[in-house]
Amino acid sequence: MDASIRSICTQVRRDIINMTANAGCGHPGGSLSIVEALVALYFEKMNIDPQNPKMEDRDRFVLSKGHAAPALYGVLAERGFFSRDEFASFRQYGSILQGHPDMKRCPGVDASTGSLGQGISIATGMALAAKKQGRGVQVYTIIGDGESQEGLVWEACMAAAHYRLDNLTVILDNNGLQIDGSNDEVMSLGDVSAKFAAFGMDVVEVADGNNYDEVLAAFNKPHTPGKPKLIRMKTTKGKGVSFMENQCGWHGKAPNAEQRDQALRDLDALENAEV
Amino acid sequence: MEKKATRVAYGEYLAKLGNDHEKLVVLDADLAGATMTQYFKKAHPDRFFDCGIAEANMVDLAAGMSTMGYIPFCSTFAVFAGRCFDQIRNSVCYPKLNVKFGFTHAGITLGEDGGSHQAIEDIAIMRALPNMTVFVPCDANETERCVDAAMAINGPVFIRLARLPSPIFEMDMPFVPGKVNVLREGTDAMLLCCGVMVGECLSAAELLAAQGVNVGVVNCHTLKPFDVEGVQALAAKYKKVFTVEEHSVIGGLGDATAAALVNMDGVRLTKLGLNDEFGQSGKPADLLKAYKLDAAGIAASVLGK
Repeated sequence: MDASIRSICTQVRRDIINMTANAGCGHPGGSLSIVEALVALYFEKMNIDPQNPKMEDRDRFVLSKGHAAPALYGVLAERGFFSRDEFASFRQYGSILQGHPDMKRCPGVDASTGSLGQGISIATGMALAAKKQGRGVQVYTIIGDGESQEGLVWEACMAAAHYRLDNLTVILDNNGLQIDGSNDEVMSLGDVSAKFAAFGMDVVEVADGNNYDEVLAAFNKPHTPGKPKLIRMKTTKGKGVSFMENQCGWHGKAPNAEQRDQALRDLDALENAEV
Repeated sequence: MEKKATRVAYGEYLAKLGNDHEKLVVLDADLAGATMTQYFKKAHPDRFFDCGIAEANMVDLAAGMSTMGYIPFCSTFAVFAGRCFDQIRNSVCYPKLNVKFGFTHAGITLGEDGGSHQAIEDIAIMRALPNMTVFVPCDANETERCVDAAMAINGPVFIRLARLPSPIFEMDMPFVPGKVNVLREGTDAMLLCCGVMVGECLSAAELLAAQGVNVGVVNCHTLKPFDVEGVQALAAKYKKVFTVEEHSVIGGLGDATAAALVNMDGVRLTKLGLNDEFGQSGKPADLLKAYKLDAAGIAASVLGK
């Protein structure tokens, strides 16, 4: 990972903290865990044009775990889809940055999401259409591990395998935590990789989903012909902010001013330590 | 009079439209032989997608496909509108995607399958969704006009279809989306109806005429947007209004009419339909009779019996 990518990841984390602190609400924990994956997609993998967000043959991205919107907004702004000035309006009346991603309001958002389970299914529909059209469009979606308790996730995987959608990549943000506790406390996912494999997904394991190079390598691994890919990346919820890491209490809570300052100091230290 | 179920007209017409519209795709959830999308499947196998018995996934696949330029028609039984309601709400109506729903086997005229499969609340829940248009065609020809209208609308459309073969009306029936259609003029009362109930109401009007009571019959094929002005004008003339639907009296044609008439003086509304109850197994004719939604039952209600 070069220095500029590292600095983009850190900046997106600052954006997440500032957006949620400013709004007084939002979901920092699960936003911080997917930063590397989003930066890899939007800065290296996807065929997109920030000046032409509706470009017909662009690759598509669907944030199935739509509550992690601050991470997506941060990356879209860093990539130039809209101005960073919009951050101040996150979750406010009239904003393009709704509490959950809204394709009708926000440039670069390919699907409106927020009701868990639906995004992966929408992405599967996009991949099915792209296959039919033979346009070489790649479709990516990030789902949560808690989200995988929704039956619709499995219906979508079944369909993706049935229709042999090797233009679809599902990224599982496996941070192990959800609102009410750990996955195992709330509703065990068991051997989640084996489950996805049994549903016909080509499973790629990433031991540290907050290691940029590992994540990028998983994206670069070619699809097995005729199979949709599922990247199971183990991540740290709240990654980069000392007091948020691995705390389910920070799933849907915004930092206050003091906590925001501490979080920003943590991120500065992290960036300096890595150089 | 020739009879044909609206679901059959729907399936046949989709297959025909597929010849001219390359972007038209059809999705079904293992019911193509019942919803009659099998005609499209046969004519355009490359644009037909069976989603298996997974209605929620069908709706979201369609949502995704619509963002890629396709015009998807989803079909299943109307009773499953509840099962995929969240997908219709959040993935289709919220972003106003161009997805159509031709849901069949609605109402008690589904018959023998019974109350578990007879949708009596589908109009209510679909009407409640912003951006949604709701059609209930009364015969085969009107079904084709509803599909045409759905194609012309850039947004979600729900078309409620029946299993039961019903008359193909020979009278001239101009179809203007969003406008009620007066089929028979009267003086004493107005029957406002939709779907399979249109035929029953026309027959009821004959029965009543034989007893010296002249009722008007008005076809309300568009439940949303509702023709508030049209219904108000007719109500001002007739004073006595009956709504007739094979749907719950809660949330359907009856309540849409009640909302339209709420500020009018001197108008009396009676809602005929399922009185906050589920249906049950039986032959369609027996069920219509039992729930007083056949011609004789409707006529009796008008006479206050």
